[in-house]
Amino acid sequence: MESQSSFTSLLLMKDISKSFGSTQALDRVTFDLQEGEVHALIGENGAGKSTLVKILSGALRQDAGDITFAGLPFSPSNPLDSRNTGISMIYQELNLAPHLTVEENIMLGKEIKSGPFLRKKEMRRAAQNALEMVNHSDIPLDTPIKELSVGIKQIVEIARALVDKAKILIMDEPTSSLSLEDSEILFKIIRDLKKQGVSIIYISHFLEEIKKVADRYTVLRDGKKIHTGTIQDESLENIIQLMVGQKLTKMFPRTQHEIKEVSLSLTGLRGRKMTADIDLHLHKGEILGFAGLVGAGRTDVLRTIFGLEPVLKGEIKVGYLSSLKSAPWSRIKQGMGYLSEDRQKEGLALNLSIADNIALSHFEPYRSIGFLNLKKYKKSIDNFLRTLNIKTPGSDQPVLCLSGGNQQKVALARLLHQQADILLLDEPTRGIDVLSKTQIYEWIGELASLGKSVIFVSAYLPELLGVCDNIAVFHRGKLISLRPVDHWDAHGIMTAATLGRTSKGKYSGTQNHA
Amino acid sequence: MPKKGKQAQVQVLLNWIGPFIGLILVLVIFASMPEIQDRFLRIANLKSVATQSVIVALGALGMTLIIISGGIDLSAASNIALASVTTAYAINAGVSLPLAILIGILTGGLVGLVNGFLITKLRLVPFIVTLGMLGIARGIAKWIAKNQKIDAPLTWINDLMSSTPRPPWLLLAPGVWVLIIFAILMAVVLRYTVFGRHVFAIGSNEATARLCGIRINRTKAAIYGIAGLFCGMSGVMQFSRLTVGDPTVAVGLELDIIAAVVIGGGSLSGGSGSILGSMIGVFIMAFLRNGSNMMGWPNYIQEIIIGGIIVIAVALDQIRHRKG
Repeated sequence: MESQSSFTSLLLMKDISKSFGSTQALDRVTFDLQEGEVHALIGENGAGKSTLVKILSGALRQDAGDITFAGLPFSPSNPLDSRNTGISMIYQELNLAPHLTVEENIMLGKEIKSGPFLRKKEMRRAAQNALEMVNHSDIPLDTPIKELSVGIKQIVEIARALVDKAKILIMDEPTSSLSLEDSEILFKIIRDLKKQGVSIIYISHFLEEIKKVADRYTVLRDGKKIHTGTIQDESLENIIQLMVGQKLTKMFPRTQHEIKEVSLSLTGLRGRKMTADIDLHLHKGEILGFAGLVGAGRTDVLRTIFGLEPVLKGEIKVGYLSSLKSAPWSRIKQGMGYLSEDRQKEGLALNLSIADNIALSHFEPYRSIGFLNLKKYKKSIDNFLRTLNIKTPGSDQPVLCLSGGNQQKVALARLLHQQADILLLDEPTRGIDVLSKTQIYEWIGELASLGKSVIFVSAYLPELLGVCDNIAVFHRGKLISLRPVDHWDAHGIMTAATLGRTSKGKYSGTQNHA
Repeated sequence: MPKKGKQAQVQVLLNWIGPFIGLILVLVIFASMPEIQDRFLRIANLKSVATQSVIVALGALGMTLIIISGGIDLSAASNIALASVTTAYAINAGVSLPLAILIGILTGGLVGLVNGFLITKLRLVPFIVTLGMLGIARGIAKWIAKNQKIDAPLTWINDLMSSTPRPPWLLLAPGVWVLIIFAILMAVVLRYTVFGRHVFAIGSNEATARLCGIRINRTKAAIYGIAGLFCGMSGVMQFSRLTVGDPTVAVGLELDIIAAVVIGGGSLSGGSGSILGSMIGVFIMAFLRNGSNMMGWPNYIQEIIIGGIIVIAVALDQIRHRKG
C-alpha cells in the first residue's frame, strides 16, 4: 500500500456548496486529489457526485467554496476553461462524431495549423502519441468511429482528453456500457495513466470495480461528504453502509416463491445474432437469470421472444399454445412484457407524461365506449404510483423530470400495470442507485411469489446470484449452460461467459432444472 | 434536478397561451391602425376571414395529427387540388351532389392511405414519400382535367363557402361550421381516445410505442388516411369557392398548412402539437394577410412578415423548451 505522503497534492476543492432552488445539492464538501491518484466518488443517485464534478469541469459554478489546482486558485467559467487547464471529462454517453475518423475525432478542436492549412503530418503524430499513451497504438487512425465497438470508442475518447495534456480525467460511469473484457482494458489504461502522473476522479456504481482501480474513495450522501479513506482498508459492506446511511438488512431480499408449470418454452429457437438453437423452459413462479458478456446474445433472445426481432426458425410456446403471432402487440396480449435495456432511447417516451408511459401498453381499464375516462385514469395511476412508492412531482409531468432510478421504476411499473405474466427484463437495475435496485429486487421477488415468470438479464453477477432461481449463461450467441443458482458461483459464471465452457459438473447446453 | 410540479404546469399553460397571445397581438395591432380600424374588427370582415381560412384549416386538422406523430405531408395541397378536380368531374358525370362530395373526400382519403402504405410498408421517410406524392397527385389532377379547369354547373355546393349563408340563421358559412365541428371532433379524438394517445406516443418515441404493443403501421396508415380525408374535404371547399375544378389551385399551400401547425406549437420532431394551437396558427396567418391587404401593403411585405412570424414562433418555442 502506498502512503499518502508519496503523492503530491494537485487539486483541492474546499467547502464547496451549491444549491438549486430549495435543494442543497452540495453542502460544504471538501475533496482533494493527489497527483497520479485514482480517487473514487461514491454515492447514490442524487448524492451530489455529478454536481461536484460539473463544478470542477466548469459546467456549473459553486455558490461558495474555493478550488486550488496545482497551487493556484482555479475558477473555471466554462468547460473549455477546464479543458485548457488540464481537466477533462469523459462522458457517460460518448461524445464522438460517428462519421469522422479516429484521428479526426482525437484532434477535433485541437487542429495544428499553419495559417489556414492543416499540418497533417504533425496532427497524425499527435493522435498516434495519444493512442500510445493509452497503450492502444493498434487502433486504426483512419477508421470512422461508427465502425468501432463501444469499448474502443471510450479509449478514443480518453486519447482525445490526453491530447489536451489532461492532468485530471473525470470518468463518470465509464464501464456502464462496456463488456467485462472492455472494462478490464479500461482498468489497465487507468493504471498506465496513473504511472504517467495523470490523476483520475472515478464515479461508478460498481463497488467491486472501484475496489479494483481506486486508491482512495470519498462517499457523498445528500450533498454532504460522509467519509474519505483508503480503499484497501474498507470492506464493501462498510462502504455500502456509508452510502445508504441506514443499515441495509438485506441487499437481495428473497421472497418465498414456488416454481410451478411451464409458462414459456423455446424449442430449437434461432434468431438474428444467435449462433446456435436454443431450447429452454420458463416456469410460473420462476426467476431465470441470463448472464453473459455484452453482445453474447442475451438481449437478442429476449427481443426475439418478444417479437422485436424475427424468429428465423424454431418455436416459441406460451403456456401450451404454439404458433402464436410474434409481434410486440400480440405478445402483450399473450401476457408478456419487455423492459428495454435502453430506457432513454427505447424504454420510455421521455417527453410524454409519467401516467402515459405507465398506461401506454394497457389503456383498456380506462376506456368506455371508445373514450378515455381521464378522471378515473389519473386517479388509478396516482394510486398505482403510491402503492409502488414511486415519488413524482405529479403523474402528469414528463418522465424526463424524474431521476434515473425513478425513470426505471416507471418503465418497470408499465409491466406491472399491464399485469404481464411473463416479464422479460433487460438490465433492469443498470445505472440506478442502491435503494432503487433493492426495491426492484423486491418487486421481482413478489412477482415470482404471485406465480409470474421473470427472465432477468444482467451483467452484474451478485444480483443474478442473489435474486434468481436458475441462471443461463450465454457466450457468443449460444446458450452454454442453464443450472439452478446454487450450482453456480461468480467464478463459474465468468468462466462460462468468457470461455464458453463450464468449469464444473457435466451440465450441458440444455435444460437442467431442480 | 427534477423539475417542480408547479413550474411544469406553468410551462404547459405557456405552451398553450403562446400562440394565443400572438393572435391577440395581431388583432390588436391591426385594430389600432387608424386607416382600417373601423373596418378590421367588423363582423362582416371576421366572417370573411373565417371563410377564407376554411381550406387551410381543414388541411391543418390532418396535418396536426401527422406532425404530432413525427411525420410530414408535403402532398396536402396537391391532394386538395386533386379532390377539387374529382368533385367537379363527378358532378359533370351526372352523379348526385352528395355523392360527388363523397367522391371528392374519398379521393383525398385514398391519396392519404397510399402515403401511409408507402411510408409503413416500404419504410420510406414521410418527407420523401409525400414529396413524390406532391408531384403524382398534382399530375393526376391535371390528367383528369385534361390540363385545364373543369367547369361545373352552379349548385348548392357552391354555397358551402358563402359568407352570407342561406338560410341566414346559420350566421357563418356552412364550411365554417363543418370546420368547427371537425376541429372539436379531432381535439376530442386526440385527448380522449386511445388512438390519440398512440399518435402522441409514436411521435414522442416510436421504439417505445412498438414496445408497448402499439401497432405502428396500422396507426400510421390511419393517421395519413384521416389526414387525406381532411384534404379531400378541403378540396371540396376549394371547388365550392372557385365553382370550377382547378388542377393548378393551391400550389404551395402545404407550406401554409405546415406553418399553421408549427406556429400553433407543433414540433417537427414529433410528440407535441394541438388542434387548438393549429387553428390559432391558421387564424394568425389569415388575419395577417387580411390586415395587410386592407392596409394596401404589397404582397411581398405579407410574405416577409409571415416568414418572420414562423421563425419567431419556433424560436420562442425552442427557448421555452430549453429553459424547461
